[in-house]
Amino acid sequence: MKNAPIVVVGASLAGLRAVEAFRRAGYAGSLTLVGSEEHLPYDRPPLSKAFLGAGDDPPSATTFRSESDLVDLDVDLRLGQPATGLDTEAREVVLGGERLGYSSLVLATGAHPRTLPGEQLPGVHTLRTVEDARAIRRALDAGARTVVVGGGFIGSEVAAAARKRGLEVTIVEAADLPLVRAVGEQMAEVCAGLHARHGTELRCGVGVQAIEGDERVEQVVLADGTSLRAELVVVGIGAEPTTGWLADSGLDLDDGVICDQTLRTSAPGVYAAGDLARWHNPLFDRQMRLEHWTSAAEQGAAAARNALDPGSARPYATVPYFWSDWYADKLQMVGVGDADEVQLLGDPDADRWLALYRRRDRLVGALSLNQPGRIMKYRALITRGATWDEALDFAAAGPAPRVRGTTDLVMSTKEDVR
Amino acid sequence: MKISADLKKCEGLGMCEAMAPDVFEVQDEGQVLVLDESPDEADRQELEAAVDACPVSALLLQD
Repeated sequence: MKNAPIVVVGASLAGLRAVEAFRRAGYAGSLTLVGSEEHLPYDRPPLSKAFLGAGDDPPSATTFRSESDLVDLDVDLRLGQPATGLDTEAREVVLGGERLGYSSLVLATGAHPRTLPGEQLPGVHTLRTVEDARAIRRALDAGARTVVVGGGFIGSEVAAAARKRGLEVTIVEAADLPLVRAVGEQMAEVCAGLHARHGTELRCGVGVQAIEGDERVEQVVLADGTSLRAELVVVGIGAEPTTGWLADSGLDLDDGVICDQTLRTSAPGVYAAGDLARWHNPLFDRQMRLEHWTSAAEQGAAAARNALDPGSARPYATVPYFWSDWYADKLQMVGVGDADEVQLLGDPDADRWLALYRRRDRLVGALSLNQPGRIMKYRALITRGATWDEALDFAAAGPAPRVRGTTDLVMSTKEDVR
Repeated sequence: MKISADLKKCEGLGMCEAMAPDVFEVQDEGQVLVLDESPDEADRQELEAAVDACPVSALLLQD
């Protein structure tokens, strides 16, 4: 299969970054990008943020590259063609009735939203694609009474967008607190408080019994018998890696595609990137599967470079990073949230704070509200393996003098840093 | 080599600072300050990484 094309399956951020990286690394042979959606690769984070805001013109999806950009990269685009199987022996990707040979393969089919059991009434949506976002936006435009099922980041962003428009919103969360797995119990409570502050009702510890309506959704019935009127229901109860099409491939699968440090799967010439990749992150010495923008972009490129030159493959190590826009606030999290100790610096009821996460004697995470000028400093500390005491000292020293104004100042600061 | 940031796009997400802390710093008000608009050629690789890492494509590197 030496002359077979390199194939990338999944035409979102990770897949796009993979094809770009193959070309940038000098690969001049044939290159195919397969995507299940009809669209050119587009950016998803805005779909639960700016895209849902009020305004006259519905924003179009933000495609990363134009079709001509991809033509310039000499990529054979197979959009609207979901991959249905993988034969790692014959080195072929199955696209319905067609079999596509590959020399190397990058799997980047991402994740798909979990849904509630039962039939989905009109007015009930998950949020992953631009079509989902358009439908939710239309309902918000129409002033829908909104119920969000799941108090995670997507659900919280949808609730925030609805509140910004002055709509009534209730979030229903089955656990006692939302976001515990992401940010830990202590900070989950603080984050949950943001909803109350902005007039979003948050009901925790109660599941959804049924979603009812005649033609379309009319109410959400909770396990405690409460009934919530709803014209729009957004289900944000997490995502699952899109690996169903790989079930018979023989690849090691376990909540994702299992990869080594270099994003190589258990099959020769096959790498994985993005939401479906469960790889060993050497920086934390453990397996991780991330559903974050930055890691999808970086893994796409890293998987491609390693696939092209397996002999000098390099581990992919990262400090996880995500952000979320709630109301007018920005939450940013770096590192991991399961910790031995969390220290909140600042008042939990204030409009800005920062929390640090310790495991053993290391700083392993930081979460901030409206501290964009600080959070990346902690990411840098985590990256270099800073101790907990170092992190506390850094925090106690307070913000560094702002670098503003003259070039001289800038230059001297650069020297200080070095 | 010139690097610039489009502040209409910048959301202060800070990946540029993560990639090239000598060149970028996000300010408290939530936008990046380019500390060095004409960085050394030696920094090219990390600047390209910063451009790639920006989630809102706010950075432009020009020769």
